[in-house]
Amino acid sequence: MDIPYTVEVRQDTGLINGKIGIWLFLASEVMLFGALFASYILIRTGSQSWPRGDTILNVPLATINTIVLITSSVTMVMAWASLMRRRFETFRLYMGGTILLGLVFLIIKFFEYSHKFETGLYPSTNNFLAIYFTLTGLHGLHVIGGMAVNAYFWGPGAKLWKTNPEWFTNRVEHSGLFWHFVDLVWIFLFPTLYLL
Amino acid sequence: MSDTVEHVDHAVDIDRHVRIYITVFVALMALTIITVAISRLHLPVPIAVTVALLVATVKGTLVACYFMHLISEKKLIYAVLGVTVAFFVVLLALPVLTTSNGYWIH
Repeated sequence: MDIPYTVEVRQDTGLINGKIGIWLFLASEVMLFGALFASYILIRTGSQSWPRGDTILNVPLATINTIVLITSSVTMVMAWASLMRRRFETFRLYMGGTILLGLVFLIIKFFEYSHKFETGLYPSTNNFLAIYFTLTGLHGLHVIGGMAVNAYFWGPGAKLWKTNPEWFTNRVEHSGLFWHFVDLVWIFLFPTLYLL
Repeated sequence: MSDTVEHVDHAVDIDRHVRIYITVFVALMALTIITVAISRLHLPVPIAVTVALLVATVKGTLVACYFMHLISEKKLIYAVLGVTVAFFVVLLALPVLTTSNGYWIH
């Protein structure tokens, strides 16, 4: 039995099912990160003192990571645009670039974390580091998840292009929505944790 | 013939989208530099927080509107996001309703 409404839109919603699904999932993600941001505000405003992020964290590395993630969002949307233009090889290039940029982001994050641990800074050290590791750790897991899905569409999942290109294009768009959301979360994490 | 015209229209539409993506990318890069530059001014905390979150909101809006295509989405998606935003605001407002030592304001 075929999955319904993967390409043709439903009359009642005006949308394909996958798009509603990914947006409902992103809505739950907003609440997840929202709860952590609310915790951050509560802990920070309740503290006697709070360190400026740039006195503990590495701002240049985080700035590079911001540029990396924004660039990956552009390559992601260009991958989708390539499919819309029916240029599969160009899609592969852009999608490959997106995955590589995700990897660069994680490698930079690895160096950041390693340096913290080497200098004896752990989540248990203080509230600032606890919230820093929680938020960036959860965000990092999302980057890994997004990379896994993108790698699937770059590799084995791309077989769908030959049999049903419209469905494949829609799936890439939905995976892109998740990737842009991960970028969007970082856009708020960067100033909140590193610069204030 | 009509298929060909439709194909050309579609291609032109995607080309227009791509130009927008590149413009948004440049704007996001510029705003990232502005965010870091402002942080180096060491403004008082309330002003610094306001400015940083304002710039982040502009960047987030650009990503959501153009990369996530929210600028031309269907009503149902807006409805889902409307409910989400309402709950998100309540979630962020909860800490504001507490005093600095964590007790509720009466």
